[in-house]
Amino acid sequence: MGAVLRSEWIKVKTVRSTFVTLVVAFFVTVGLSALVSFFTNQNFSKLSPTERATFDPTQTSLGGVYLGQLAVIVFAVLVIGNEYSTGMIRASLAAVPQRGSLLTAKALIVLGLVLPVSLATSFVSFFLGQALLGSHKAQLSDPGVLRAVFGSAGYMTLIALFSLGVGFLLRKPVLSLGLLMPFFFLISPILSNVPKVKNVAHYFPDRAGSEMAATQANPNIPFGPGAGFVICLLWVVAALAVGLALFRRRDA
Amino acid sequence: MIEVNELTKRYGDKLAVDHLSFTIPQGVVTGFLGPNGAGKSTTMRMMLDLDRPTSGTVRIDGKKYGQLHQPLKYIGALLEAKAVHPGRSAYNHLLWLAASNKIPTRRVDEVLSLVGLTAVAKKRSGGFSLGMGQRLGIAAALLGDPRILMFDEPVNGLDPEGIVWVRTLMKTLATEGRTVFVSSHLMSEMALTAEHLIVIGRGRLLANMPMNQFIDENSRSFVRLRTPDPEKLLDAFSGAGITATLDGDGAYEVEDGDMARIGDLAAAHGVALHELSPQRASLEEAFMRMTAESVEYQTDAAPQWGSEWKKES
Repeated sequence: MGAVLRSEWIKVKTVRSTFVTLVVAFFVTVGLSALVSFFTNQNFSKLSPTERATFDPTQTSLGGVYLGQLAVIVFAVLVIGNEYSTGMIRASLAAVPQRGSLLTAKALIVLGLVLPVSLATSFVSFFLGQALLGSHKAQLSDPGVLRAVFGSAGYMTLIALFSLGVGFLLRKPVLSLGLLMPFFFLISPILSNVPKVKNVAHYFPDRAGSEMAATQANPNIPFGPGAGFVICLLWVVAALAVGLALFRRRDA
Repeated sequence: MIEVNELTKRYGDKLAVDHLSFTIPQGVVTGFLGPNGAGKSTTMRMMLDLDRPTSGTVRIDGKKYGQLHQPLKYIGALLEAKAVHPGRSAYNHLLWLAASNKIPTRRVDEVLSLVGLTAVAKKRSGGFSLGMGQRLGIAAALLGDPRILMFDEPVNGLDPEGIVWVRTLMKTLATEGRTVFVSSHLMSEMALTAEHLIVIGRGRLLANMPMNQFIDENSRSFVRLRTPDPEKLLDAFSGAGITATLDGDGAYEVEDGDMARIGDLAAAHGVALHELSPQRASLEEAFMRMTAESVEYQTDAAPQWGSEWKKES
């Protein structure tokens, strides 16, 4: 396993797209979070009383994840999709015919790269956001705040692993991205606002996962941050398991 | 030793490989020959456990490919030339391959110089020509210093110099005691390099024998002659019990003919000969005859080009 892991590490570090996508994920998330925080502070006096009552400075300062996650999805999909689009998958499987090991190594590489990047992203977004929120800011020591910041990083990491599973499932990067991007960016947010349908949409990986970044339980969602983490994790396990089952069975 | 046993691959209702069985002899170059679409590449992919057989088995020293520990040290394979990420350099491509099988990094430099890519090793492989891509694929195959090598159409896309280089390399590898299994759709190419021959057509085994035996069994020898007075000569032939057939070129062919006897006969009857030469039908023809019925994509009888405008004139 050590050899396979080293080999996968060499693969990701010797193409430019790895760094591009991860750097984009960091700057997009931090940048958008800062903008949202800045304008919220500017316009705070214009907010309605209900908006003020439910205002969560932590969540506001982590808002950029909504866009930044797309770069992380691209990264994870390319880790496997690139091999299929270039034909390199055959070289990989000739070198490592144990397909389970290959998938595990790729998952560990995604985990090992996305987790530190998203931790850095979350903390920088939080501190920068709080600085821009002025008098409305939260402290890291406030209840639920530290967990939410960690949760936001965990969310990005789990979404990356879920995308890797989908990448193994669909193989072609265009196909995987064509499904994941609109789903996370459009379909899921829309469905979660449609009456009745939203009761199901709450359990989608991104909806459940984003609960992890909330400081307090959302009264409209029947589960809290802990359960959100578990539901999101189950989606990851399911995507990777189905991906592995097909990866084992299919021709390369 | 590689043993292929009743190997079968079905795509939908199409049999790409049909109960194929053979053993690859050790320490020689074995040619794996068949027309395009005969199932050569599919067979090779199944040998490497890349494609899953519908039925049948492949055993390498008694083991499945997937059971080999660090398989690059057993078998090196060149499948398609460009199985490389275009943004990665040749050096880095070989580096991850080496790491996956715990092959020392210095081997990367060794094989790069062996295939003549040292100068461009750090450049993005996306800019490589087909020939350079093929050399990189061969470098990857040699990386683990394996006893068995598999090359799928290695000379495809190479310039004449590259072709000679690949031929020499394969022979050298075999003299070092390695088993070389190389596919081609060109008989002439195989005749120059292979000692053993496995021929398939439509996924079925057509021949499996030493190259010499294939040549003996399949090459036809005849005598070709030309004369300005064919009628007189043919009369003389029929008197002597010799059958001559007219070829498309105005010359006559005598199957297994004895040149001296034909020449003497012509002289005795006072017939002038403009040509009298021994001929051997090429192996290419023998191969085409053997695979004629199994060719996947056959054209119909010659199309009537220009039939439309010819009608009008």
